[in-house]
Amino acid sequence: MSQVSAPTSVNLTGSFTPEAFEAHLARVKHLPAWWLDRKRAAYARFASLPMPKRTDEGWRFSNFAALTLDGFQVGRVVPDEPSSVRGPGLAFLNNAATGAAPAAPAQGVIFDTLQHALLQHGDLIKAHLLTQPSKLGSGKFAALHEAFLEDGAFVFVPKGVEVAEPFIVRHGATGAGTAVFPHTLVVLDEGAKATVVDFFASDAGGFACGGNDLHASHAASLTYIAVQDWHRDTLSFQFNAITAKRDTQVKSLNLHLGARQARHESYSQLQAPGAHSEMLALTVAQGAQEFDQRTLQIHQAPHTSSNLLYKNALLDTAKTIFSGLIVVDPDAQKTDAYQSNRNLMLSDEAEAHSLPGLEIQANDVRCTHGATSARVDAEQEFYLEARGIKPAQARELLVFGFFEEVLGKIENQDLHDNLAAVIRSKFKK
Amino acid sequence: MKPPSEIESAPVENPTIGIDQTKGDFQYNVDYAFDAGTGLTEDTVRYISKVKNEAPWLLEFRLNALKTFLSKPMPTHWATKDLENINFDKIRYYLAQGQKPKRTWDEVPDDIKKTFERLGIPEQERKFLAGVEAQFDSEAAYSNIKDIVAKQGVIFVNSTEGLREHPELFRKFFGKVIPTGDNKFSALNSAVFSGGSFIYVPPGVKVAQPLQAYFRINAENFGQFERTLIIADEGSEVVYMEGCTAPKFSTSTLHSAVVELVALKGAKIQYITVQNWANNVFNLVTKRAVAHENAEVKWIDCNIGSRLTMKYPGVVLKGRKARGEVISIALANDGQHQDTGAKMIHAADETTSLVVSKSISVGQGRATYRGQVHIPKHLKGCKNNTECDALLINTNSRTDTYPAISVRGDKNATQHEASVSKVSEDMIFYMQQRGLTEAQAMSLAVNGFINDLARQFPMEYSVELKRLIDLEMEGSVG
Repeated sequence: MSQVSAPTSVNLTGSFTPEAFEAHLARVKHLPAWWLDRKRAAYARFASLPMPKRTDEGWRFSNFAALTLDGFQVGRVVPDEPSSVRGPGLAFLNNAATGAAPAAPAQGVIFDTLQHALLQHGDLIKAHLLTQPSKLGSGKFAALHEAFLEDGAFVFVPKGVEVAEPFIVRHGATGAGTAVFPHTLVVLDEGAKATVVDFFASDAGGFACGGNDLHASHAASLTYIAVQDWHRDTLSFQFNAITAKRDTQVKSLNLHLGARQARHESYSQLQAPGAHSEMLALTVAQGAQEFDQRTLQIHQAPHTSSNLLYKNALLDTAKTIFSGLIVVDPDAQKTDAYQSNRNLMLSDEAEAHSLPGLEIQANDVRCTHGATSARVDAEQEFYLEARGIKPAQARELLVFGFFEEVLGKIENQDLHDNLAAVIRSKFKK
Repeated sequence: MKPPSEIESAPVENPTIGIDQTKGDFQYNVDYAFDAGTGLTEDTVRYISKVKNEAPWLLEFRLNALKTFLSKPMPTHWATKDLENINFDKIRYYLAQGQKPKRTWDEVPDDIKKTFERLGIPEQERKFLAGVEAQFDSEAAYSNIKDIVAKQGVIFVNSTEGLREHPELFRKFFGKVIPTGDNKFSALNSAVFSGGSFIYVPPGVKVAQPLQAYFRINAENFGQFERTLIIADEGSEVVYMEGCTAPKFSTSTLHSAVVELVALKGAKIQYITVQNWANNVFNLVTKRAVAHENAEVKWIDCNIGSRLTMKYPGVVLKGRKARGEVISIALANDGQHQDTGAKMIHAADETTSLVVSKSISVGQGRATYRGQVHIPKHLKGCKNNTECDALLINTNSRTDTYPAISVRGDKNATQHEASVSKVSEDMIFYMQQRGLTEAQAMSLAVNGFINDLARQFPMEYSVELKRLIDLEMEGSVG
């Protein structure tokens, strides 16, 4: 595909022209050659792949009207940092690291920028960075991400080390039309334990095309949280790849709050017995926001389990799409997989699409899925009101109760309270 | 009378599972008085229309449909690639014996009667059954409208006759529920259809006995494209049943029907299908109903045969408080793919729909549930409930579930649940302890799995269903 000789039309690359790519390459020319080669291949792939079409099964119900590559420029360093990127941990603004790298919390732990890691731990990065294929329809955008990925966070926790404090990574963008390509790569060695939190925020509408790779080795335990709070005019893509080895526990929670139109793809592979992946998401969709979530959980070995719970609250004229697929490979017996999508309809204009799918090729399994779309339970509302609670307050309580089912799965109390506060702030008009 | 000519060279799909593949494996030599030859061109369509003495508007309709069919791509962007194995040039699109539908049993040719015998319908029952219309190849070979039904003012004829004798009524509803361009195969059917039933039930009439039709395909490479239109006028009730077994052929056969139901205000239609085509048949069927105010449409759909079935009976809930229901049972054995499901389009307030689907995958069989529920803006009080359960018998049996549920607004509720499981070992062990063989135990467990749905079938169908499942389960274990 990369060798297609047809002229690269503007429609296929938009603002991300060959010139823009060359300018980007010039900025990262000090990085290892293998990585630059991969970026060139990725750019060729991006430039040749067509934009998604209405008939693409992976884009069913998606909005194409505002799906564009035009009108953006690759973000450059600016002198003034907005407050959104200040704080503990690693921070990136318009694709570049800001401030100094934090000290590693324990012996052998690496918590650094991808650029530093590429130079110092090249092999480790090569073995884990963007190694999973794009399977959910956004091949073109995933290639764009790889081509323009300038810097990001790298977390490595060595064998047997448990880190209690969460690794915090802040990805920011500033300026209208800015395009950013944030990335977080997490590698946990055998028996390691860690929590990683990505925050995404910007002060103006732009283009965000981010990804994360989560690798959990034998008996590792990883909690990953992403708080997507881009500006309400941003077009956002996020790609998440999880590989879980023997006896691992991977918990990922995505909070979708920002952006005008946001597509999130999550690809989870359970590769060895005992692997468990918990895939959680909470979305507050308001105004004319559109959230498009596509998930794939593949059980490749016997005795693996996964549990997906995606909850959407829809206000105003917002729209959500949840399209999930559980795949159980032949011989992946004793799989236990669950998938659930709950849509809370809070407006007469909101629109929810659920496509929960199963593809099962082994018989000794327990696989179930469920999807519901409904308003707040009238009976519960009545019960609260009968106890003297005002209708507006009763509704608020029930909406937070709806989210608490997911938030309650976060063990770290501070994080839990923080996230609850972020969600609460979305409901304050 | 000639004995049935068995096809000896037909490959047995899976000799190890021990299913009697020769069941239903018979064929009679029939002199086809009309034969449109193989392949599909404008001439084929003109020929069919001419043979059937059709009005010019219908020829026009068919020719337009042909254009639509040719212009539409195969839906392989979501459907199985197996569709590409259909060779449209090798299919016969029209075939008939040139007889007028028979009115009395005596006039039915002996060898056709023999076919029915092999289908296991006793003579007594055949005579007793109300309004049996058995379709032998493209045309109805036997059509008996029972006196009572006619006395009630019910029209129950084949679609050719319906077009000829009730053109106004037919034309008013024909192609309205399923437009020609709905999908590639509805377009194909619209171009070459022949046979099928036309039923009209006058206002307030409750048809006491189910109307039945048996279909058979009986020529190699011969596709069957029946077209059924049922109109239940205000407050009327009717039950329609179709069942089919087909002889087995060495090359693939295509069956592509279009069934349209119209339930006017307060009417009830129940449409029951037991599909048991031979394992080489592509069964690509479009079935849809429109339910007006307070009307009820219930599809009971059971798929056991065919190589590939793609069928998603639907109900457009057009009037307030209309109700739609799909009860679906699918059994996929080696070499089979049952791609079935349901479509519920809510278009009025307080409409409700229910989908219950149970599938069983045996050996390498693959069962797929594909569903669509659509509740557009500004409706209120709409409800959908969907349940899909899949049972996997063997280690590498396969099942898929692909629902799509779209809801707008906060005054409606939808609920979808699906589960996949196998027959519990404890259950099998317990039954074996009580002296049953493993196969008997398995058969009993599978029958138990679908029992609550099978009970909704009329008696003779649920008996037939049980027999078919016993047959399919033989040798699936051990």
